[in-house]
Amino acid sequence: MKKTYKIDVDCANCANKMEEAANNTAGVKHATVNFMMLKMIVEFEEGYEPKTVMKDVLKNCRKVEDDCEIFL
Amino acid sequence: MNKKQKKMLIRILISAALLIALSFAPVTGIARFVLYLVPYLIIGYDILLKAFKGIKNRQMFDENFLMAVATVGAIAIALYEQSGDYTEAIAVMLFYQIGELFQSYAVGKSRRNISELMDIRPDYANVEQDGKLEKVDPDEVEIGSVIVVQPGEKVPIDGVILEGSSTLNTSALTGESIPREAAAGDEIISGCINMTGLLKVKTTKEFGESTVSRILDLVENASSRKSRSEEFISRFARIYTPAVCYAALALAFLPPLVRMIGMGLAADWDIWIYRALTFLVISCPCALVISIPLSFFAGIGGASNAGVLVKGSNYLETLSQTKIVVFDKTGTLTRGVFEVNGIHHNEMEDEKLIEYAALAESASSHPISRSIQKAYGKEIDRSRVTDIREISGNGVLAKVDGHEVAAGNDKLMERLGIEYIGCHLVGTIIHVAVDGTYAGHIVISDVLKPHSKEAVRELKTAGVQKTVMLTGDIRRVAEQVAGELGLDAVYSELLPADKVEKVEALLASKPEKEKLAFVGDGINDAPVLGRADIGIAMGAMGSDAAIEAADVVLMDDDPMKISKAIKISRKCLRIVYQNIVFAIGVKLICLLLGALGIANMWLAIFADVGVMIIAVLNAIRALFVKNL
Repeated sequence: MKKTYKIDVDCANCANKMEEAANNTAGVKHATVNFMMLKMIVEFEEGYEPKTVMKDVLKNCRKVEDDCEIFL
Repeated sequence: MNKKQKKMLIRILISAALLIALSFAPVTGIARFVLYLVPYLIIGYDILLKAFKGIKNRQMFDENFLMAVATVGAIAIALYEQSGDYTEAIAVMLFYQIGELFQSYAVGKSRRNISELMDIRPDYANVEQDGKLEKVDPDEVEIGSVIVVQPGEKVPIDGVILEGSSTLNTSALTGESIPREAAAGDEIISGCINMTGLLKVKTTKEFGESTVSRILDLVENASSRKSRSEEFISRFARIYTPAVCYAALALAFLPPLVRMIGMGLAADWDIWIYRALTFLVISCPCALVISIPLSFFAGIGGASNAGVLVKGSNYLETLSQTKIVVFDKTGTLTRGVFEVNGIHHNEMEDEKLIEYAALAESASSHPISRSIQKAYGKEIDRSRVTDIREISGNGVLAKVDGHEVAAGNDKLMERLGIEYIGCHLVGTIIHVAVDGTYAGHIVISDVLKPHSKEAVRELKTAGVQKTVMLTGDIRRVAEQVAGELGLDAVYSELLPADKVEKVEALLASKPEKEKLAFVGDGINDAPVLGRADIGIAMGAMGSDAAIEAADVVLMDDDPMKISKAIKISRKCLRIVYQNIVFAIGVKLICLLLGALGIANMWLAIFADVGVMIIAVLNAIRALFVKNL
């Protein structure tokens, strides 16, 4: 399953770091952050609930970039 | 500017003003340090805070950490040396923040610019209810509803015109500035602007499936498909920052230790630590990381404004490397409709001959008959025609204004025993005989699009080495078309499956770096579009299969757009490479100068902020594609 989320982040490198953090989250098959459109496109692994996975994604993103936001 | 940016601007201004004021203040010692701390904290408190949080989260090498260490270090050196020169540290922080502000402003601005370019999203649809017009969300309009589009409004949903006629401005969709006429019965696509008359439209699609939604979706998601250049930069940034940090660490400790232990000289700790801090300032990869996606984003935005939809940054990159262009013939280079292309050997006037033929063929709905009737152009008065006899596979015999008219192919003439003259042109030949004597023939063929020849020439000047045409048509027609257009190779009499095979053979015979583009009209060639390095569908508005299969969609069917698309991609990629080389180059030079002690922190901050500003401005250039 693929879902798109709106995000807010200030710099392009931070967006890259968010992408990496999201990709390293359990349950995420593949994540792309589009800094120009401020979007995060997440493909989830089978059998994972997007809502709970996204909470972890946000937590991991906050670790690498403190003031980022994902609008869930 | 948004709230965040305004706040930052105020902080920058206050801090800068204080800094200038302090430079005239004759205070020394600890008082001086405390006074200078005020502008430093005003401009840098958030960076210090973020750096601290970064350390807590074990994310050491982010730019906040680097800036914090560099500036705190510089202040510490100033304290240690008792020079009282705190200006440098504050200036570094100040310029860093100016750079960040500029970047945030420029990115926001280009985001808005590009969404304005693509400002085709309709906000509402007018639905007639009880004689009154009501504005509703286009999402809520069901298929088959009747909507009203007033002059000046955007067509919100695809449909068919029931009532009214008008002129449509399609420039937002196709980049074509000439307005298009539309009347009852015509299909109408969303995103056009109704210019003159009131239209009643019966919707044939839901809003989400309408052209305008599809295009917006496509363009907005295009920059999510990242190009190789972007991935290279992400990888580079990941390695670059830590590498420079370790280099800085080495620079701070190794030379002094070597001097002290190996050479017996004074260690000069402060000099080497200062150089190391300079390194840290240069190590931020911002310029690179922002300018590359921004270039692609601007390139894709500019292209869509010109009527070229590119479905991803990666496709823009591939498109720029195109060396071989393979065309489908019908509908791509030719118009795909049959038209009267010539009238030969006639004794009477052209119009008269067409008139006789059109009247004789008036009962037929065969495409050939229709094209003759279309060439005639006037209303056909059936009362002038009597005794129509159709001879299947040969043609027709009829009495027109009392004259015996025969219109048909060679066989008809042979059957009637009338001597006819063959034609040197390729196409369908309709001989006409009036009262038993030969009156000339009409040549009907698929005609070239007006810009096809120019388009092929333009491709060559755009750097395409080989142009190839594939067609299911017979060899004679194919070779004539190819000769006329100046194509390098032509393969004819191909079935759709053969086209895939041919493209595969061409793909196999070319070097890996030279990319092959296939251009088709999206009818029957979806498999080929998918197989080529890059598939270009043209005039594909409304053809879902083509939009799905292609990587680049040309919104109208002008072949000139192909070279335009390639030129746009070349320009964009040129800017990308310029930015990569420029940003990395300047940084490496500054690192070297910093290590040698030639570059101070002022130069370092230029390497960081100045390069970023120049790279961003350069990136925005990709948006301007009008004159390509």
